[in-house]
Amino acid sequence: MKAAPFHYARAASLHAALDALAAGPEALVISGGQSLAPLLNLRMTLCDTIVDIGGLTELQACWQTDHATLIGAGVTHAMIEDGLTPDPAHGMLRRAAGKIAYRAVRCQGTIGGSLAMADPAADWPCILLALGATAILRSALGERRVALDDLLVGVYETSLRPGEIIQALEIPNLPPQARAASAKISRKTGAFANSMVAVVLNGESSRAVLGAAGPRATILPHVSAALASGSPLDQITGLVTRDVADILPEPDPYLQSLHETNVRRALLEVFAP
Amino acid sequence: MGDDATHDAPGWIGRSLLRKEDARHLAGVAMFVADVRLPGMQDIAFVRSQVAHGRLLSVTKPADAAADVYTIEDLPGLSVLEAGPELEAFRQSPYPALASGKVRYVGQAIAACVAATRARAEDLAERVAVGCDELPAVVDAVSAMTSGSARLFEHWPNNAYIARTISAGDPSAMTGAPVRLRRRFRMNRQATVSLEARGCVAVWDPRQEELLVYLSTQGGHVMRLGLSRALGLPENQIRVIVPDVGGGFGGKNRLLPEEIAVCAIALKRRHPVRWIEDRREHLLASVHCRDHHYDLVISAEEDGTIIGVEGDVHIDAGAYALWPTGSFMEASMAAGNLPGPYRMRGLNVNTWTVATNKAPMGPYRGVARPGACFAIERLVDELALHLGIEPYDLRKRNLVTRGEMPYTTIAGLKLDTGDYHDALDTAVRMIDIPAIRALQRARKPGAPRIGVGLAVYTEQSGHGVVEWSKRKSRIVPGYEAANVRMLPDGSVNIHVGVQNHGQGHETTLAQIAADELSMHPDQIRIRYGDTATTPFGFGTFASRSIVFGGGAVGTTARKLALKIKAIGAHILQADPATVELRDGHVVTAQGSVSFRDIAMAANVRQEMLPVGVEPTLEATGTYEPQESAGVFSYGAHAVVVSVDEDTGVVKILDYAVAEDCGTMVNPMIVDGQVQGGIAQGIGTGLFEEIPFNSDGQPLATTFADYIMPGATDVPSVRIAHFVTPALVTEYGVKGVGEGGAIAPPAALANAVGDAFADIKASFNETPLTPRRVWQAARDAMLSAGPVA
Repeated sequence: MKAAPFHYARAASLHAALDALAAGPEALVISGGQSLAPLLNLRMTLCDTIVDIGGLTELQACWQTDHATLIGAGVTHAMIEDGLTPDPAHGMLRRAAGKIAYRAVRCQGTIGGSLAMADPAADWPCILLALGATAILRSALGERRVALDDLLVGVYETSLRPGEIIQALEIPNLPPQARAASAKISRKTGAFANSMVAVVLNGESSRAVLGAAGPRATILPHVSAALASGSPLDQITGLVTRDVADILPEPDPYLQSLHETNVRRALLEVFAP
Repeated sequence: MGDDATHDAPGWIGRSLLRKEDARHLAGVAMFVADVRLPGMQDIAFVRSQVAHGRLLSVTKPADAAADVYTIEDLPGLSVLEAGPELEAFRQSPYPALASGKVRYVGQAIAACVAATRARAEDLAERVAVGCDELPAVVDAVSAMTSGSARLFEHWPNNAYIARTISAGDPSAMTGAPVRLRRRFRMNRQATVSLEARGCVAVWDPRQEELLVYLSTQGGHVMRLGLSRALGLPENQIRVIVPDVGGGFGGKNRLLPEEIAVCAIALKRRHPVRWIEDRREHLLASVHCRDHHYDLVISAEEDGTIIGVEGDVHIDAGAYALWPTGSFMEASMAAGNLPGPYRMRGLNVNTWTVATNKAPMGPYRGVARPGACFAIERLVDELALHLGIEPYDLRKRNLVTRGEMPYTTIAGLKLDTGDYHDALDTAVRMIDIPAIRALQRARKPGAPRIGVGLAVYTEQSGHGVVEWSKRKSRIVPGYEAANVRMLPDGSVNIHVGVQNHGQGHETTLAQIAADELSMHPDQIRIRYGDTATTPFGFGTFASRSIVFGGGAVGTTARKLALKIKAIGAHILQADPATVELRDGHVVTAQGSVSFRDIAMAANVRQEMLPVGVEPTLEATGTYEPQESAGVFSYGAHAVVVSVDEDTGVVKILDYAVAEDCGTMVNPMIVDGQVQGGIAQGIGTGLFEEIPFNSDGQPLATTFADYIMPGATDVPSVRIAHFVTPALVTEYGVKGVGEGGAIAPPAALANAVGDAFADIKASFNETPLTPRRVWQAARDAMLSAGPVA
C-alpha cells in the first residue's frame, strides 16, 4: 500500500512548524513516522499536509533541575536507550526504551511522537503517566502545560488542540529512596504490548499505571492509593483484581489474569529488597 | 550449529562449501522482480473485494481514466483453467483472472488499475466503485458441510470439492480395542509469507513477437504452460524469466489470477506493466495454507501398542482451486501421513476438502504433513498420558524398526531406509530428558512450568511418476532435465529446469557436476530461471530438486565426461578405457591433456577430433530415480519449553534434532534447511494465524496482527545428522527441504502438554497463543477438581 497524495512541509524550526500547522486545517505532524507512516500507507489515516519535525535539534534539548528533568519531544527512543538523556527515574526510562519495538524503530521513533500517537499499548504513555510527567505544548498562541493524565484521552486520541505540538516532557525527579519498575508482556520481542505496567513507589506520588488494557494508559486507583499510603505488599496485591477489572472494557478471564500477573510482578519488583 | 559433518570428503559432494549465491545477496545487488526496470513501465493496483461472498452487480470506472481500468469484460478471450486433480469427482471452481459474476473471498481481485506509479494506481483503484449484493459467508470448513450452509457454487450439491475415505487394514480391530481415545485437533490458517512477496512484469516484445514475463515463481516452465492456456498464446511466444526469488515455500508453485491479468493487460498495451504484491495483499489474497481440522480416535492395546486411527479430516481449502493442482493433496496427504512412522493395523479416515469464503489454499513447506504429524504425535502423547507411559517409551514400542525396512505403512507409503529408533534415541539423549524430569520435580510454586516434547516425522521426497499419477496430478513432475555445456575455454555452464529460490542450487548442483567432471565447482555455473535457455523442467517444490535436479546434472555430466575422455584419449593417443579424469585433465600413465585443450578441439579445432566424434561438448539428459514412489527422510525433534501458567506465554529453552536425509551434498546447506524449516514450524506452532470473523473478514492483514517468529523467538537448533543413503537415487540423496517445518508444531504442543501433565491439560490447536495455552490449562484445572 502506498499513501494517498499529501503536501509535505519539512520544518526548519519549531516556529516554522507551528506556522505550517496554523496554515493547514488538515495538517499532521510527523517526527519519526514509525506509526504514522504505516497508517498513511495503509490509507487508514488521511491528511492534507504533513509537517515534518523529525531531527529538529531544538526539540531534542534536555536539561535537568533539582526537581525535574525535561526531555525534548524529538528525542528518539534510541537516545534514551543509549543513556544520552538525563535520568529522572533511576534508569527506568533507559530500561524501558531498550524494549520498545526494534532498534531500527527506536532510532527513528520519538518520545513525543509516541505520546501524540497515543496508541493504547505504547510504552511511554504508561511510563510517563506513572512518573507524573507533564507535557509542554507549543502552538502559535504560546505554551500550554498539560499533565499526562489530561493529555491522554482514548484510542489514538489526545487533548492536543489543532496547531499544537508537544515540545518537551517534564518529569519529576525521583528521590533516591523511591523505586520504579515497568513490565511488558508481548507476543514477541518488538511487538506492541499485550500488557504494559509501570509502578512508581514514591510516597504520596506513588502510582501504578496499566496500559494495553483500556483505551488509554490508566492509573490503577486503589493500588495507587495503597502504594501512596504505605500499605504492605500483600495488601496492595489484593487490590489488583478489582482495579484491572474496572479498566477492562468487558470481562475477560484471560486478560484479567494476564494484566493482574503483570501488575503483581511489577509490584514485586518495586518492593524487592 | 550441528555436528560438523564436513569430513574430508574424497570429492566435492559432502563438503560445506560456502554458497555461491550469497555474495550478491549480501552485497544487495541481487535482482528480484521488483528490481526489474523497463523503459515506460507502469504499475498495476487491484481493486479487491471488501466482502467475503457476494453477487457482483456493477463496477463503475472513473470517467476520466476508464481506459486504465480493466475488468474481466475488458479482457475477453481469457480461458479459465481447470484446476485440481484430474478426477471426475473433483468439482470445478472456475477462477477467472478478475472476478466475474460473484466474489468469493475478501481480497479477490475485481479490477486492475494501471498508472505511472503504484501510488497513483492505488489512487485510481480508490475511485472505482463496486456494487455488490452481499451473501452469507461460509467461514468454517466443518459447518460448511451441514445442510443449512450457504454454498459457494450453487450447482454443487454441497461445499465439498471432493470427499474421500481412506481405509486400510482391519477396521474391526479398532472398534473393539481396549483403549480408545478421541481428540479434536485444529491447525489454523496461515499465509506462506516468503520474504519477497509475489511479483510479475510483462511486456510484449515486437521483435521476438513474444510476451516477455518476469515472474517470481518456483517453476517458470510450468507457469508458462498455464499462461499459454489462459492467454491463448502459443508457448513459443511466451518467455518467462525468473530472476532471484526470495522464497516460495510452495505458494509460488501456483499460478495466480493476478499474474494472468497482468499478462493479459500487457498484451493490450504498448508498454511494460508490473504488479508487485505488497504484504497486505500477500496476507489477504495470496496463497493461504494449513487450516486442517481433525476429529480422530486412536485405538491401542493396554500396553500402548497402537492399533489404528480413525475419524474425520476437514481441509478448509478456500474459495477456488489454484492451477495446476489446487490444494487437493492436502486431504489425501493428511490421511496418508496420519500413521506417521508407526506400525498400525487399521486406518479409516473420512476426508473433506471444503470450499469456504477465504483466499484459495495452496501448498506450504511440509504440505499437509505438519497437520498430520501434529495430529498423530499429539495422539501418541495423549495415549501415553492416559496409560501412564513415558511418551518416549510409547514411541519406541510402535516405531518401525530398521530391520523392518523397507516398510509399507498401513496407508501404503513405502518407508525405504533408515533407523527411526536411533534418531529418536539421539534426540532424546541430546535434550537430556532425565535432567528435565529432575527440573520438573524441583520446580517451586509460582515458577514457570517446564515441559519436554518429542515428535518423529517422515518426509516423502523425490517422488515421481508413480506417486504423482496416483494423486491424479494435472502435471506429473516425474523427471528433471539438465544441459551441460563445456565452452571452448573449458569452463562449464549447466542449465537446469529446477528453480533456486533459496535452496543453494548454484552451489550444490555445481558440487555434483564437479565430482562427475573432476573440476573445481568455481569453474561450473548453474543457470536456471529462463524458459528461453533452460531445458523443460518442473521447478523446485516437494523436496525434489536434489533428487531430480541433482540426478539430472550428475547423469548428464557423466555422459559428457565420456566424450571428454574419448577426445582426450585421442589427443593422448591412448585407449579411452585406460584414461581417467583428474582435476581438469584427462590423464593416462603416460601423460595428460587439459579440458581447455579438449574443449578447444571440440568447439573450434575440429581437426583434432577423432573420426566419427561430433563437435561441441554438450549433453542434455533427463533423470528419474529407479523407483518413483519416493524416498523418505526422517527425523526426531525434541524441544524444551517453559510455560508461564498465569499468562500462557511459551518460551523455547532448547531444541534438538536428529535427522537423516541420506547423503548430504552440502552439510551446511542441510543445516540451513533444518534451521529454517524449524523457524517456520515454530511460526505454525506458536505464532502465525489468519483468523476470520463470522462475516468472512480476515483479521490479520498486516504484520501488526499476523505474528511471525522473530530472531529471538527461534533458538539455534542443535542438529545431529545420520546418513543412510537412499538405494534408488543418484549418490543416495533424499530431499530435506520440508522436514524442518513438519515436526515443530507437534513437538511444541507435546512439550506444553508435558508441562501440564499433572493436570492432564491438552493443547490441540495451533498456534499455541498465550490465550489458548492459558485457557486449556485453566479448563484442565477446573475439570481436575478443586484448585490445590
